Amino acid sequence: MTTTTPTPTPTTRGRTTSGLRPSLRRVGVLARAELRLLVRNRTALFNALALPLLTVALITAVGGVGDGAPDVVGPMLLNVLTLMALTFVVYYNLTVAYVARREELVLKRYLVGESSRAEILAGAAVPAVVVAATQSVLGVVGVSVFLEPPALVNPLLMVVAVVGGSVMLTALAAATSGLSRTVESAQLTTLPLLFVALPFAGLFGGAAPGGSSGVFDTISTFTPLRPIADLMMLGAVGLDRDGQVLSTFGETVAAGRLSVAVLVAWTVIGVLAARRWMRWEPRR
Amino acid sequence: MTSNPIISVRGARRRYGTFEAVRGVDLDVRRGELVALLGTNGAGKTSFVELVEGLAPADGGEVRVLGRDPYHQRREIVGSLGIMLQSAGFSGDLTVVETARTWAGTLTRPRPVDDVLAAVGLAHRADVRVASLSGGEKRRLDLALATMGDPEVLFLDEPTTGLDPESRRATWRLVQGMLAAGTTVLLTTHYLEEAEELADRIAILQAGRIVRTGAVADIVAAEPARVEFVVRNADGRAVTPSAADLPSLEGVVDVPEVDRTGRLHLRTTRLQDDLFTLLQWADARQLRLDDLDARSASLEQAFLAMDDSSSTRDDASEVAA
Repeated sequence: MTTTTPTPTPTTRGRTTSGLRPSLRRVGVLARAELRLLVRNRTALFNALALPLLTVALITAVGGVGDGAPDVVGPMLLNVLTLMALTFVVYYNLTVAYVARREELVLKRYLVGESSRAEILAGAAVPAVVVAATQSVLGVVGVSVFLEPPALVNPLLMVVAVVGGSVMLTALAAATSGLSRTVESAQLTTLPLLFVALPFAGLFGGAAPGGSSGVFDTISTFTPLRPIADLMMLGAVGLDRDGQVLSTFGETVAAGRLSVAVLVAWTVIGVLAARRWMRWEPRR
Repeated sequence: MTSNPIISVRGARRRYGTFEAVRGVDLDVRRGELVALLGTNGAGKTSFVELVEGLAPADGGEVRVLGRDPYHQRREIVGSLGIMLQSAGFSGDLTVVETARTWAGTLTRPRPVDDVLAAVGLAHRADVRVASLSGGEKRRLDLALATMGDPEVLFLDEPTTGLDPESRRATWRLVQGMLAAGTTVLLTTHYLEEAEELADRIAILQAGRIVRTGAVADIVAAEPARVEFVVRNADGRAVTPSAADLPSLEGVVDVPEVDRTGRLHLRTTRLQDDLFTLLQWADARQLRLDDLDARSASLEQAFLAMDDSSSTRDDASEVAA
């Protein structure tokens, strides 16, 4: 203690904040707090748990899916359920959650601590993603029990659809939160994705408005939610974008490449947009 | 106190558009030292502290904390920092203990949550939702989180604003305990009493520049002492001596003033000598110096005097420019 060191070292007490395990630990802790908040917020909880299921029930009741054959209706319902879960539970709820945490200066607090920005965003997203994924799994179970078990030609593509879609929508939610000044205005800023991209995803009948071919279909191929729907149908029953039924794993992988590429592209766009627009404290 | 500084800032600048909030600040803080940053609202305290905390990049100059750039090398040192912002929020629907446990879970080496809550006097409020806490209680929870990671360097931005006197004292004791354990602290405060109580050194920031640094005693010593009294004659009537009636005082600064109540105010750099002269003078004339009040300058006086003189200087320089 008598000599002076050239520079004080921050690691004198052996602290390190980097690495995968500490990172996962922080995300887990933040996720647990977010889950508590979700359970205590009745509006958010209703949106998360009931809305996707109610939508499926409504669409079934008005006969808006398929031609009534159980082997077609089942996968369609599954598709609707997944899309609703991902858009409302992940995208909409998360946008609102990010705005709320920002306005109540909670994001700013986490930012001064050891958590990185990505960890803070991921921590808030985990409960929503888990709820959405659980609903998709329950959807598969429900369809199998009440209608006809889907062929599950390529379950991996279904996982890619749900997990990849969640990552993309989390990034888009972060970006959208930056464009929303209040929790209320988030109801408007989320509209483009909810009411433009959702129909283009083929929510009501496996194709875009205007039929399964032509310019609308070409456009819809590149909308953010379409690859989720396509990969779900491809994975669940082997139905490709041209309406053909594929029966092998290899065929579905090949047919899913474009959808995966679109999903990745929108994820990149989402991340870039989040970096550009996401704000961590209220506008002063 | 010869080791290298824990915080070292050279010529730091920070701009918002065309407005320059921090205009070339130099500051060193050594291990185990508490430096209090004083300044009026808008002096640039928070803008400057955010540079040192690594929450914003400097637009010029060099900032080092624990030998690292706190913004660009933040990950390397963040585990050793404790930061209490002037305003940071809580999720109102979490309880105190849930909030504290969540925060502890994100830290590399958290202290036991119960101990930290007890240290800030919130143990009995552990299961209360944060939304139900008073402003002062929230401030103490802020402090709990900032000190949770047993930081080497602690930043406190107006830590006792909104606290009752008792909680303020408790906060001071907690900070003093951490100083004794070797923590380095950079404090900003509006309470000069707080700076006097806690600070080893003070830096006064004004319009983005440090206009004065030094130990509290040194800064105060440079400021003249004050003497005040009402002169009464043998009948007990107040009399107002003219300046010519008064004895010549060696250390007197400015011309003594008489206020509306007949009270005479003078400032002196030689309190003991001049007071002795005054007492002899009164005794010789059989005058009474009622409500006699003689005291060395406080930090507050030094601060206000400095504020006056440098704003005058700034005005002058602007006119000249």
